Amino acid sequence: MTENTLITFANVSRFYGEVLGINKVNLSVPPGITSLVGPNGSGKTTLMNLMSGLLRPTQGQISVLGVPPDHPEKLGRILGYCTQFDAFPKGLTGWQFLYSFLLLHGMSEAESRQRAAAALERVNMMDAAHRLVAAYSKGMRQRIKLAQAVAHDPQVLVLDEPLNGLDPMARAETIALFREWGDKGRHVIVSSHILHEVDRISDQVILLSHGYVVAEGQIQGVRSEVKEQPMQILVRCDRPADLAARLFQQNHVVEAKIHGDGRNLLLRTKDADSFYLLLNRIVLDSGLDVESVAPADDDVNSVYQYLIGGEGGTV
Amino acid sequence: MSSVWLRQLGAVLRLEWKKTLLSKRGWWIYLLALGPVAITMLHWLIEVQHPVSSSRHSLGDDSAAYAAMFFFFYLRGAIFFGCIGIFNNLFRGEMLEKTLHYYYLTPMRRELLVAGKYLAGLGTALVLFVGSAAASFFLIGRHFGPAYSDYIWHGPGLSQLGWYCLTAALACAGYGAVFLMCGLRYGNPMIPAAVVFVWEGINPFLPSLLQKISVIHYLKGLIPVEVPIPPPLNVMVVDTDATPAWVAIFGLLAVTVLLLAYSALTAREGEISYGE
Repeated sequence: MTENTLITFANVSRFYGEVLGINKVNLSVPPGITSLVGPNGSGKTTLMNLMSGLLRPTQGQISVLGVPPDHPEKLGRILGYCTQFDAFPKGLTGWQFLYSFLLLHGMSEAESRQRAAAALERVNMMDAAHRLVAAYSKGMRQRIKLAQAVAHDPQVLVLDEPLNGLDPMARAETIALFREWGDKGRHVIVSSHILHEVDRISDQVILLSHGYVVAEGQIQGVRSEVKEQPMQILVRCDRPADLAARLFQQNHVVEAKIHGDGRNLLLRTKDADSFYLLLNRIVLDSGLDVESVAPADDDVNSVYQYLIGGEGGTV
Repeated sequence: MSSVWLRQLGAVLRLEWKKTLLSKRGWWIYLLALGPVAITMLHWLIEVQHPVSSSRHSLGDDSAAYAAMFFFFYLRGAIFFGCIGIFNNLFRGEMLEKTLHYYYLTPMRRELLVAGKYLAGLGTALVLFVGSAAASFFLIGRHFGPAYSDYIWHGPGLSQLGWYCLTAALACAGYGAVFLMCGLRYGNPMIPAAVVFVWEGINPFLPSLLQKISVIHYLKGLIPVEVPIPPPLNVMVVDTDATPAWVAIFGLLAVTVLLLAYSALTAREGEISYGE
């Protein structure tokens, strides 16, 4: 992939006076949905503000599809940012809000009208378009912000806690929008503390703690790098006790528990690859009826706990 | 200027004009602008109802009174504070309301944003203060009837009005640029505004050279009628050679452009930090 298709951070640090925002971050974010995960104060918003040009790095270089963020006249065309700030210019309706800021992009009145309508349609806000934003509910304000971020059809969509305040229906629609954007080969950078949702939507994750990137990549890949924590694998079969006995003959299997309806065997192994080979052999030798085999701890939550532990803050 | 820039400038003007001219928060600025109009209207109504009092003062007295009102009220007070209210808030107000990032995320040159916001603020200030100064001028001698009409249309009145309007416009432009810069540059722009106020206030009492490092010195030189300074202040005023009008006009415009260029640079390098 060339630099023009990536968002890159090269040794980027940002300090607020003496307070650390992020430190020595090196990243190369490919297209798709990328989630930023970390507790409050871990540097997620700083990272987003840096890539959108709202903040300048204290040191290091940032490039968004080849554009440095200190060129707003170029960056604004390819990037849309839905910030966490729940504030809007006073006295504007939802329609006026979108339309006015599309005009600020330099679009013609006709194009601005058409794009504003399309963005409102996309977030299901047409009915409330001509009401003052100040009279919107929290969820509606979140959706109109999202509409504003996508209205100019950017290549890079940056979303800071975009699911906050949304009802389940709006949440599902918003996630569908992210997926659609990611499937088009665009960048969607999302921060969210709702880890099971992050799990469902992300192509890759960036785990942050205290201003440092502690891991990045596809979540399964990140999990397999955490060698010191044995992998958990759930096997559903007809004779779990039999299987456990056979598996315990191997050194790398450190724990096995039968639970649920008596057909589930939860295993912990230090070597997942050897485990899968062994399981195949056991099935062939003993005629074990295996219904399903699935990793039980390659989700964001588990990986985060392994890497960062149970330190405070909302993840 | 490209058509995209023009459209962007137009969009900023449209948004800002609505916020600055039609803002409820700016009620005190409207009061400042309308105050002298109300007073001169009252003066006219009283003089019309009690014509005998007209014999107590001449048209020349009203002309001198207007010059004093223009200098002490408009230049030193209404326009100065009005510009603080209008221009300080163009950027600072958006920082406080946490809405500036919407502008900063658009593909718009920050220089253009500064120009658009400044022009919107200037438009508002001109409508309010040049309009108010002109209205007061027409009202202050209206009770003299045809003599005042003759003074305006066939005497020096129209020329004087032109100079007053130009001076008020230059004051709006100059102070506007100063306070736009303060709003962008400083976390609390009221502190530099207070410093400017004190400096401009003590200006007539400063040595000649220092008087020239101010906006008010050049504005005063453009007022077409000599401003009467009441005692005992008149003995403390340091007389300075009058600056030629063209030097004052172009000097003020040049300072305005320099301040705007500095503001544009500040905005270009600026960050969004709402203090969170």
